[in-house]
Amino acid sequence: MKGGALLFRAVLAGCLGVLILAPELFIGLFRWLNRPDAPPIYPYDSLLWLTVSHLGLVLIATSAGAIVAIAAAIFVTRPSGAEFLPLSRVLTNTGQTFPPVAVLALAVPAVGFGVAPTLIALFLYGLLPIFENSVAGLQRVPEQITEAADGMGMTAGQRLRKVDLPLALPLIVEGIKIAMVINIGTATIGSTVAAKGLGEVIIAGLLSDNMAFILHGGLIVGLMAVLFYDLMGYFENFLKRRLGLTGSGD
Amino acid sequence: MITIEDVSKIYGTMVAVDHVSMSLEPNSITVIVGTSGSGKSTLLRMINRLIPPTSGRILINGLDTASLPATELRRRIGYAIQGHGLFPHYTVADNIATVPNLLGWPKARIAGRVEELLTLFHLPPETFAHKYPHQLSGGQQQRVGVARALAAEPELLLMDEPFGALDPVIRAKAQDDLLDIQRRFGTSIVLVTHDMDEAFHLGHRIAVMKQGKLVDFGSPTTILTEPKDPFTSQLTGTLDRSLKLMSLKQLADFAVPGDTIGAETLPATLSLRDALAEFVWRGLKVASVVDSDGRQLGQITLDALLAQGRRP
Repeated sequence: MKGGALLFRAVLAGCLGVLILAPELFIGLFRWLNRPDAPPIYPYDSLLWLTVSHLGLVLIATSAGAIVAIAAAIFVTRPSGAEFLPLSRVLTNTGQTFPPVAVLALAVPAVGFGVAPTLIALFLYGLLPIFENSVAGLQRVPEQITEAADGMGMTAGQRLRKVDLPLALPLIVEGIKIAMVINIGTATIGSTVAAKGLGEVIIAGLLSDNMAFILHGGLIVGLMAVLFYDLMGYFENFLKRRLGLTGSGD
Repeated sequence: MITIEDVSKIYGTMVAVDHVSMSLEPNSITVIVGTSGSGKSTLLRMINRLIPPTSGRILINGLDTASLPATELRRRIGYAIQGHGLFPHYTVADNIATVPNLLGWPKARIAGRVEELLTLFHLPPETFAHKYPHQLSGGQQQRVGVARALAAEPELLLMDEPFGALDPVIRAKAQDDLLDIQRRFGTSIVLVTHDMDEAFHLGHRIAVMKQGKLVDFGSPTTILTEPKDPFTSQLTGTLDRSLKLMSLKQLADFAVPGDTIGAETLPATLSLRDALAEFVWRGLKVASVVDSDGRQLGQITLDALLAQGRRP
């Protein structure tokens, strides 16, 4: 079972690599999907460059979202910030409820076309899962453990760094994982406002009725999301095992 | 020496601790007993200021605890709680080293102290230092919890139901270990429990709390034989008070010279209560009292034994 799962992952990662670096290997499949006169492989930009740019957007926006969301979660779980918890919940929920297309439509007049409106939309989209998970993680540190930390004379900052954050880390990582996966998919719409990304391939396919482009772009985005989810999940489980939260693992 | 001066804690309209004054003798174990909600844990936590008193003062060696920063005060006082509260992401060694690290001890001194404590608590360092708490049994976790509380060589150790989560066999062992350690280091210990047997087993002095008030305070024998409040006798239980009284006395102190050839032997470290149980079990009229090397210290008769459980 374990070997099988590993093999499956290796196959997926291999497919992703071929789709990005050597799509010609699939040219037969793509040609078969298309009208004979249409190009089977996106010719206007390097797929590697589009993928790097796509992931770059996601990483920058999610990192910024993570910094803000974790800082806010720390603040509202301290005694001095507790009264801001409901307000922060409303704000991050709004960020999530707002359709990303609407964020783009509103952001373009303000910051112009290109990377900026996409980053704003992705940033807002990443806030909620990271914030909620970080709050849950920090609130769930067992009372016995925080009492022991206080009783031994840790300052508030020492307790946060040495105890609260390390113990909340698996849940925080899970929040980042969810935000990342959502954003890998959502970033495709950035291409409508001229941010470089894999959405470009999909949108070009939709505009010119080119099924090969749509499938090609969609597969790369989908595989990246799945593999990323898997990788982060692995990291999360590693952290949980270290804390002795699952099974009896050594 | 800890002096608690007229200390109260009020939450809204609820009086958790009501004008308590008491002096705790140094180098001894003071046990605070009471039912849940009696304010015993609140009183304990006011000593290291986890809970700030509403009024009154607590002095340690004449120094008002309120005059120190809370974190500095707590680093000087050992603190062990029920269910140990070990940090799950720290190894056993790092857990024990917590307070010495906060105090900035040199690495070598910390390592030495960790090793010394692990050995003392029968946890061989080479096996246990690098384990994580979830890899230990309940009894081992509890020992690490107490070792951690003692790491920075505190003069005072506060314990809040430290053995509450242990099964009876391990609990008895943990209590005996604590007595050993207290004798060895001379640490002053304040321990909160609702288990009266534990209080009589461990306490040099017992404080009885009821609805936030200190209703009785004295040696186990005084608490048992001259209760100042009806609640004390209710807690200690009147049915087996003779046995409780006998459990406070050691066989070694009651052996008298006599002809014991052929008599059955009992170890001198036995409490009179356990000795009585042996008398009943083996149907004895007289027993020879021997020390740990088997040397005979004297004898004790059934009548002499029974006399010790009689109302003073």
